[in-house]
Amino acid sequence: MDAINHSILTLILLVPLAGAILIAILPDRGKLPNWIALITSLVTFALTLHLPAHFVAGRPGFQFQVNIPWIQNPAIFYHVGVDGLSMWLVVLAGILAPIGVLASWNPIKERRKIYYSLFMVQQTSMFGVFIALDLMLYYGFWELSLVPMAVLIAMYGRKDGPKAALRFFLYTFIPSAPLLVAILWLYARTGTFNFIALQSLIANGSLPAIALSWCSLAFLVAFAVKVPIFPLHGWLASAYSEAPVALAMVIAGKLGLYSLLRFQVGLFPVQARAIAPLLIALAVIGILYGACMALVQRDFWRLIAFAALSLFSMIVLAIYGLTLTGWTGAVYQILNDGVVEGAIFLLLGALENRYATSAIGEYGGLAAKLPRTASFFVITALAMVGLPMLNSFVGEFLILSSTFTEVNRGWAVAATLGVILSAAYMLWLVQRLFYGQPSTMAGRVAARDLRFHELAALVPLAVLMLVMGLAPTLWLRTIQAGVHPPAQKESAVLPQTVPLHASVLAVSSREEGQR
Amino acid sequence: MTTVPSVYRILPEVILTLTGVIIMLAEASLPPRRSRTVLGWVAAAGTTLALWASLWQFSLPPGTGYFGTVETNSFTIFFHVLICGIVLVALLLSIDTLPKDSHHQGEFYALIVFGAVGMCLLTSAVELLLVFVALEISSISTYVLAGYRKHTGRGPEAAIKYFLLGSFATAFLLYGIALIFGATGTTSIYKIAHLAATAPNHLFVLAALAMMLVGIFFKVSAAPFHVWTPDVYEGAPSPVVALMSTAPKVAAFAFLLRIVYEMFPMLHSTWAPLLWIVAVVSMTVGNLAALRQRDVKRMLAYSSIAHAGYLLAAFAGIGAIGIAAASFYTAAYAAMNVGIFAVVTLVGGYNEELPMIDNYRGLIYRSPLLGSLLIFFLISLTGIPFTSGFFGKFYAFTAAVQGGAVILALIGLLNSGLAAGYYLRFALVAAQRPQPNPDEVVPPKPQIGVAVGAALLLAVASTLIMGIIPNTVLRVAQSASNDLQPPMPQMQISAPVSAAVHMPQSPAPPR
Repeated sequence: MDAINHSILTLILLVPLAGAILIAILPDRGKLPNWIALITSLVTFALTLHLPAHFVAGRPGFQFQVNIPWIQNPAIFYHVGVDGLSMWLVVLAGILAPIGVLASWNPIKERRKIYYSLFMVQQTSMFGVFIALDLMLYYGFWELSLVPMAVLIAMYGRKDGPKAALRFFLYTFIPSAPLLVAILWLYARTGTFNFIALQSLIANGSLPAIALSWCSLAFLVAFAVKVPIFPLHGWLASAYSEAPVALAMVIAGKLGLYSLLRFQVGLFPVQARAIAPLLIALAVIGILYGACMALVQRDFWRLIAFAALSLFSMIVLAIYGLTLTGWTGAVYQILNDGVVEGAIFLLLGALENRYATSAIGEYGGLAAKLPRTASFFVITALAMVGLPMLNSFVGEFLILSSTFTEVNRGWAVAATLGVILSAAYMLWLVQRLFYGQPSTMAGRVAARDLRFHELAALVPLAVLMLVMGLAPTLWLRTIQAGVHPPAQKESAVLPQTVPLHASVLAVSSREEGQR
Repeated sequence: MTTVPSVYRILPEVILTLTGVIIMLAEASLPPRRSRTVLGWVAAAGTTLALWASLWQFSLPPGTGYFGTVETNSFTIFFHVLICGIVLVALLLSIDTLPKDSHHQGEFYALIVFGAVGMCLLTSAVELLLVFVALEISSISTYVLAGYRKHTGRGPEAAIKYFLLGSFATAFLLYGIALIFGATGTTSIYKIAHLAATAPNHLFVLAALAMMLVGIFFKVSAAPFHVWTPDVYEGAPSPVVALMSTAPKVAAFAFLLRIVYEMFPMLHSTWAPLLWIVAVVSMTVGNLAALRQRDVKRMLAYSSIAHAGYLLAAFAGIGAIGIAAASFYTAAYAAMNVGIFAVVTLVGGYNEELPMIDNYRGLIYRSPLLGSLLIFFLISLTGIPFTSGFFGKFYAFTAAVQGGAVILALIGLLNSGLAAGYYLRFALVAAQRPQPNPDEVVPPKPQIGVAVGAALLLAVASTLIMGIIPNTVLRVAQSASNDLQPPMPQMQISAPVSAAVHMPQSPAPPR
């Protein structure tokens, strides 16, 4: 068992990569690449499940660590490990991989070999970002994740793929230049890329404060673009409307939010605290702006893009609230958004695949023709707007309540308005797509309801939405033990801990009571 | 020290010269109708042998031969292997892509091999007159090769431009050599290093340094001495550009390292700011100009100017760190640049039916292998991790940051963001689904022969190896840098480097 624990993370990285190479070598015949991709991603998912099964909750520090030298000079290590913060994200990436393959099953008809091998490389780079503990290794995976994404958007874009891909790439790549300079500077001063060592060196105060502020800013901007945080969201709408469904699921959110938690606030707590008011304000603006923009979109991909901006801004609000409850809610909400967005993308992709348009106005009255699609869509939309008993409610409740009680009431109230607006745009979308008079297009195009492989992808997600809404403690315990927001003020550390813990459990037990 | 026969010190050059002579003789004696492809294989075999001979030189004790004019140590071997490798790939590329009926194929291969002699000699010469001879050997063969497509208008134009400006630059270099000879009374690099600090007329030394730098900046096409580059690349045949955008530059950079770190280390405060400025100007000018290009080879020409800038950033690194970073970068750059020109040659053909970026639309659908390779090399040029381009930049800018040039590193990395604009645009055009257009003539699917396959494989493998497991190459580069460091105590800075690396509380604030 020790051997498995030691090598599990490496296996999680290598299996998708091996799948990619296998797909690239074998001939592009029929659905062979699809099947290889499906099998490898299922194996990877099974491997990621090993983590929660053998994770020792409450043990401080990283688990399943591997730390071996990769390059002697400069000293770069292959150093990976997970803690309560990253473990569930790895599992989330694991479950979204086979779902992504299923989502691509029908829409991707040409050059399957290139598509699936790049898709698997993309999986590897995402796992790498979540588990790397050496800054250079992390940076490597971070940059690597851009390439398959950009190439696939260009190859399979709906209208103007290359333009959207270029915009996405440049938006993310250019801010990562200062990020690399900051990492190199840290190395030049400390001689290490090791996350844990750097964290303690910075906490010691052994580095000049002004330079650290610049470093933290470089980290912040690089990650804020990837989330995206208002006003750096310029790439999001075009990327969402051009990217293949399976990639749009993972293009935004997770990576950037995780990096903010782990590397920006994690490495530079003092600087993060100093800039937190600005980010809280930007987050609330993002919540409201995204929701308002979502209300007026005529294209459902763009609508979802702005909805995503709104949802991710909610998580940013929690991150820079810097409270334990908020962080627990933030991580939980990253998981929720992954599941919910995955489902919504699958459903919209299924619609677009059948009717070849993403203009909302062309749809209408589909509920009678596609009852299964409609019911899954309604469940997902309700989960997205935060209906109690479904997953997002728990995350949003934790975030908003912690913001209200511990950060700032005004911002909390403003953010809550965003939740109301989200109900407006999602339910209106449901109404326009599935109810009302059947549109001429819906009458003209003969379409079948959800097929087997689509159901195979949707059912697990729907079940997850329900389970994560009903029994959040399964997740919250490990997350709460694993996140360490920087202490508010030196004096306020101790009294806070106990009531926070209680409040989280109170939420979850109330949930169980509702059941 | 002199127990090693001098000829061993120049064994690779001897092998290459013999190969060239054999090819010339064979070209003349083969019946005119016979295919000359076999001569290409002879040239490739000779280059492989020379590469092997360079590696064999590791077993020699480091030292000089022929009365202290040529040197063998890990520095020279590193660059010999690199140059022979590039020449080998360029030869393999030419074997399959040169038109079968061209009359002067033998000359073509011989010129490449003779050029390699000059480039190799340039990296191992420690005597300025020999340096000059070596530079001329390599330059003249490149001038001729640049104009090899005589029947087109652009070929001779490229050759004449390159020749005129090149001779001008060589004159600068020669003038610099004359001045330093006047100041110190010697042309031996080691002796100059000892004498220059105490030379009676310091102004001569400074002028000599400036002249020599101008000459080299021209050879490596660093801005503002870069204007010849796009025109020459556009006019020269693609396999030749694959060669001339890498090998002569590698040799010139090796010589630049020798000049600044071995000959004039005491003038560090003079040349360091100069190189800083040239680095910034080169990368910015190169990238900005490349953004506007629609012609593939012109774009890659400007990109090579930008890469010269990144490479010069490594010179901000102090002593051995800077040398190792620059040496590694030359190798990393050579691997990916040769690779991309190989792809361009295959797609466009010898006569370049497809010169524009738009001609590559949908390449990945037309030819998945070439399309993927093109995107791969472009990604490496962009500097994405797990490719040689990333580690090249990484080491160069790490050296710069450790040398205190944080601003330079920041400018450099922002520039690579700018560069991503045109590399990615090109890559994404190749990835785009082609629009069915009945008017457009569908270009034939390129054929990949054995020789070209081997060339591509070499380029891909070295790009990946330097991107994933760079340890071996880096170790050689580091020992090369130690060999180049003169044993004199004038190298004022080696102590604080280790301090900056190992002690968090090192005093100098970098901002």
